[in-house]
Amino acid sequence: MKKEVKSSVPADSEIILGILNDSKEILNRLYVTYFPVILQFVLNNNGNEDDAKDVFQESVIVLYNKVKSGNFELNSKLKTFIYSVCRRLWLKRLNAQSRTIRNIEDYSEFIPVEDDLERHEEKDRQFEVMELALSQLGEPCKTIIEDYYMQNKSMQEICEKFGYTNSDNAKTQKYKCLQRLKKLFFQS
Amino acid sequence: MPAATEKTFFSVLNKKMMKSDIELTNQIDAYLRGELTESELIDFENQRIKDPAFDIKIVEHQNLVNHLSDYANRLKLTSEMNVIHESLDIFALKNEVAPDAHIVKRLWKKYRINTAIAASVALIAVSGTLLSTGFFSKSISTNVSLLRREINSIKKSQNALIKNINDKPSKGPVNPGQFGGTGFALSSNGYVVTNYHVVQGADSVYVQNSNGEAFKAKMIYIDPAYDLAVLQITDPAFKDLDLLPYSFKKSASDVGEDVFTIGFPRDDQVYGKGYVSSKNGYAGDTVAYQVSIPVNPGNSGGPLLDNRGNVIGIINGKQTMVDGAAFAIKSTYILKSIEAIPQDSLDEKLILTKRNTLSGLSRKDQFKKLEPFIYMVKVY
Repeated sequence: MKKEVKSSVPADSEIILGILNDSKEILNRLYVTYFPVILQFVLNNNGNEDDAKDVFQESVIVLYNKVKSGNFELNSKLKTFIYSVCRRLWLKRLNAQSRTIRNIEDYSEFIPVEDDLERHEEKDRQFEVMELALSQLGEPCKTIIEDYYMQNKSMQEICEKFGYTNSDNAKTQKYKCLQRLKKLFFQS
Repeated sequence: MPAATEKTFFSVLNKKMMKSDIELTNQIDAYLRGELTESELIDFENQRIKDPAFDIKIVEHQNLVNHLSDYANRLKLTSEMNVIHESLDIFALKNEVAPDAHIVKRLWKKYRINTAIAASVALIAVSGTLLSTGFFSKSISTNVSLLRREINSIKKSQNALIKNINDKPSKGPVNPGQFGGTGFALSSNGYVVTNYHVVQGADSVYVQNSNGEAFKAKMIYIDPAYDLAVLQITDPAFKDLDLLPYSFKKSASDVGEDVFTIGFPRDDQVYGKGYVSSKNGYAGDTVAYQVSIPVNPGNSGGPLLDNRGNVIGIINGKQTMVDGAAFAIKSTYILKSIEAIPQDSLDEKLILTKRNTLSGLSRKDQFKKLEPFIYMVKVY
């Protein structure tokens, strides 16, 4: 961790642009800049550093989804947005564990983020469903689906990897796997 | 492996139906990936518009693929963040922002300003009180012994019997002395004993006898622990006294013994009579007696004598708010102090009388004999 990165707060617009471009460097700076305050918040409100990590990473995912969905309007500081999401997530989590705290110690201003969190919860649910569906898919389907749809490998590469004699076999296999996944995913 | 598995896998399916679906899937995948050629793309788009069923298939497919890529993106993002997280020095960060583990510390953090204010107020109040009562003006020597501290505490809660001469309406000659007490001769050649607190901080000391003759004196020995000071009259006008009529009692006096004192609470000698009321002084101080005798500021340093004319002590104070509780340093400590004076440093030998010529006399005669040996100590 370089000191200079820590001390220079990237401009909000810079981060938004970086998110759209999948910039690793921006993700790094975002993390380094805003994680400490979340750590502080969680630690001071009955949590530990792992809770802080979970909550913060979730908030980054919320931010990424929001930015990438294209309907991101910067009507607050990015820090405020992240803090608000984390705050909400953490309080919910505490509530779920029936570990309520009387005095919430705040370290930043915050805004209502209920809409964003609702959307996030839906996405989160879908993520879990997909995770489950993929785990039930079995091999070699899981790998084929992951390689083709998630890692964007070409059918040629997949053929070589699995030793299919011709790409038609591979295509048939991929088709069948996708059908199965569709079934598993939309059923649950 | 593929051939065998594929067979069992697909066996139940209608191969023909499947064939066209496979083609379609591949076509859609190619379309979504932008791998179609220009003419294929146009055909594809046209069919989408013409055939709603075809379009739905594409949308369905696209939907699933989107879920998959969302899933993939999230996994990727999470793994990237984990890499970043690993690179952070969480321990240092934690120390920077962590709450203090103990509730006490948290409370301290919350209320430390209140505490600081309360503490300052208390400190100001205490030191203000101590300052206004003159606690700090009493110099405390560095080699404080337990004994000395007890004496200091006596001094605190006692009215030191120093007379503020300026407060008195002065009769006769103007007396420029600032404080005064009483002293009495230790020997005929000009040594006088008084209380340390009488001469403490003095610029110069004069002693004045009952005839009103004043002589310059100097401090030759002080014993703050026993509140004693020995003066020597250095004035050339001073003529040696007659033999001292009293001696110092070496043993302790009994409670109930009648005693008397002569002092200068005013400009004339005043006689006071009483009895030893306790063998220990204030708060069990073994250096002093408690004496029930009328004494006032100015009596400090006066001799306490028994019926036979032995000096049994030296008046040094009385307890405030308590009637008839005066204190006198025991004569044994006076003797100890005198013994402690290095004889070599003295100009003239300090020899104590051992003979007592007062015993058997009436109190009137005793007083008359004592009169010339008792001085008013004036401090400038």
